[in-house]
Amino acid sequence: MRSLLFKSLVQGPAVIASPGSSEAALAEVGAALEQRIRERLGRSLAIREVDAGSCNGCELEIHALNNPVYDCERFGLKFVASPRHADVLLVTGPVAWNMRQALERTYAATPAPKFVVALGDCAFDCHVFKGSYAIAGAVADIIPVDLTIRGCPPPPLDILRGLLALAEKMSA
Amino acid sequence: MKRPAPLALKALTAGRKPGADGFFRFDVNERDWICLALGCAQGLQDLLALWTEGNVVCMGLCVIPDGLRAIVSHPIKKGQYPSVGLNHPPALRLERTIRDLKGPEAAGHTDPRGWIDHGTWPARKIDQKRPRAASTYTFLPVEGEGLHQIPVGPVHAGIIEPGHFRFTANGEAVARLEERLGYVHRGAEDLIRGRTIADAAALAARISGDNTVAWSWAFARAVEVALGWKVPRRAVLLRAIMAEVERLANHIGDFGAVCNDASVIVIQAQCMLLRETILQQAAQCFGHRLMMDRVIPGGVAVDLTAEAAGSLAALLSRVIGDFDRIVAVYDEAPSLQDRTATTGIVKPELVARFAAGGPVGRASGRACDTRVVYPYAPYDELVLTPALRHEGDVNARLWIRVDEVHSSVDLIRQLLARLEPGPLVAAAPRARQAQACAMVESFRGDVFVSVTLAEAHGVVEIHLRDPSVFQWPLLEAAIEGNIVADFPLCNKSFNCSYAGHDL
Repeated sequence: MRSLLFKSLVQGPAVIASPGSSEAALAEVGAALEQRIRERLGRSLAIREVDAGSCNGCELEIHALNNPVYDCERFGLKFVASPRHADVLLVTGPVAWNMRQALERTYAATPAPKFVVALGDCAFDCHVFKGSYAIAGAVADIIPVDLTIRGCPPPPLDILRGLLALAEKMSA
Repeated sequence: MKRPAPLALKALTAGRKPGADGFFRFDVNERDWICLALGCAQGLQDLLALWTEGNVVCMGLCVIPDGLRAIVSHPIKKGQYPSVGLNHPPALRLERTIRDLKGPEAAGHTDPRGWIDHGTWPARKIDQKRPRAASTYTFLPVEGEGLHQIPVGPVHAGIIEPGHFRFTANGEAVARLEERLGYVHRGAEDLIRGRTIADAAALAARISGDNTVAWSWAFARAVEVALGWKVPRRAVLLRAIMAEVERLANHIGDFGAVCNDASVIVIQAQCMLLRETILQQAAQCFGHRLMMDRVIPGGVAVDLTAEAAGSLAALLSRVIGDFDRIVAVYDEAPSLQDRTATTGIVKPELVARFAAGGPVGRASGRACDTRVVYPYAPYDELVLTPALRHEGDVNARLWIRVDEVHSSVDLIRQLLARLEPGPLVAAAPRARQAQACAMVESFRGDVFVSVTLAEAHGVVEIHLRDPSVFQWPLLEAAIEGNIVADFPLCNKSFNCSYAGHDL
């Protein structure tokens, strides 16, 4: 244990500087939030992740946001255990019919004002799973979406830039 | 009819020749089908997979010490085939899956509940005649004084995949866990049927994102063996490098995640940092952090530059040094081992019966590593000592991962040393009617693919079997008698795939 702590002292932090917010995401959420309450949330977002049919690739990259390199909590982005604590639902995957009801219930359990981010190409347009009998649709077909972050899966930096844009617009 | 007796696969393969993929293929009559199932229950052979193709039900079997593998088939008559699960319980969920997805019933199977079909699909292309599964689900009854139920999921508290766990607890102790899966069923097999090989490969890469390289490789190998498609040597070596990098990243991530569930955050942080470094290296080497779509039928989609190979080699020394330091912290923390040692024990008999692969099997004495028992190129020329433990607890599953991190680093070094310039992909041979199976060792265990190709229609039949299929049921056994609070430890030490199971 001591050797680990000592190494951390000598090496300095692994964390990267803020990547800033993505221009495209800023424009997208800017338009989406115009009619909504912004100042309520301050500059922090409680995020509830929902896998609605993902291959788990997106989950791996969302997980990475919490690692010491991206350390998303320093930007006020915090993953919470219940939709009742959440400002944002971060939804991955094409929405499987078998997950549709759970997604709708999670959305209903999230207090307003709430925001939905569709993460990954499957969440955007079902990607390779388009046309399956088992898929109910893209995330926007099931619940209203405020921001889409594309990629298969989007790398952590892209996810961070998108979420930062959301946080920025909300507190603007 | 005389009472059926257990039958060894070996008795039927004598005098036959295996296909180019190493699998024997033959039809059996009803009696032999049942007797082979009884043989599985007796431990004479392992059940690899069970699925249907058109009017035929197929059973994948293997005998590890003999390196024997076979696909035996039996006709489906009037929508029925003789049940395997009746004599060999690991097949029960597979038979429910067949009924849900294709329609045929296993005669004698007594569980009427849907498994993958939750009664939500509005339209189905396949077997419209079959009665739809009920949308309500009855969990098996658990009776006794002072019992209470804890329902968990499908949406879990962490950033994980969806599934439902129904715990019945007596105070803190878990009396029973029953899983309900199928929430992320995307209809992958059905989507693949009728697709071109390239389209099918893109779907195979997205069966389970964390072992995307292994899935892509297994699919590619099945197609290549079927068509006699010769893969360039450099591509074979690069595939194995990717597969081992994938194993490294996942094993290190899992090691940290288990420690995190015992609240030792420092190990988790260090492991996540290492995992991130490896993924960034993967992106530098192969252009994608998870190396998705990099293994393609016929070869690989990207080359490894000399510069990237050099930085990968340099990273390996750092990874192994850092990881050993992290493992030393684990090894010297009795409070941590108090949580992992003797927790979530899976008995060797049970692992053998379910033929569970990966760290789950190898931590309970089942010496099955596809890279060693059914070696495929390039593992047939590499030195690899498979990890093996016998305690079957969370601690043993962690040590298997530690051992495999070391062997993966060693393998990548051997592979890098063998790299020579050469082509990355071979031109596809003429499409034809052909069939083949392939197995590849992912970080989680053996993934199994069976494909049938047709001249004009690409992939006409496919079956994909994730290692999780035979590991999920064992998690129910692992938690029995443990406290509820130890479930996350048990679950993470298994790290089964929901997407891979549900397809």
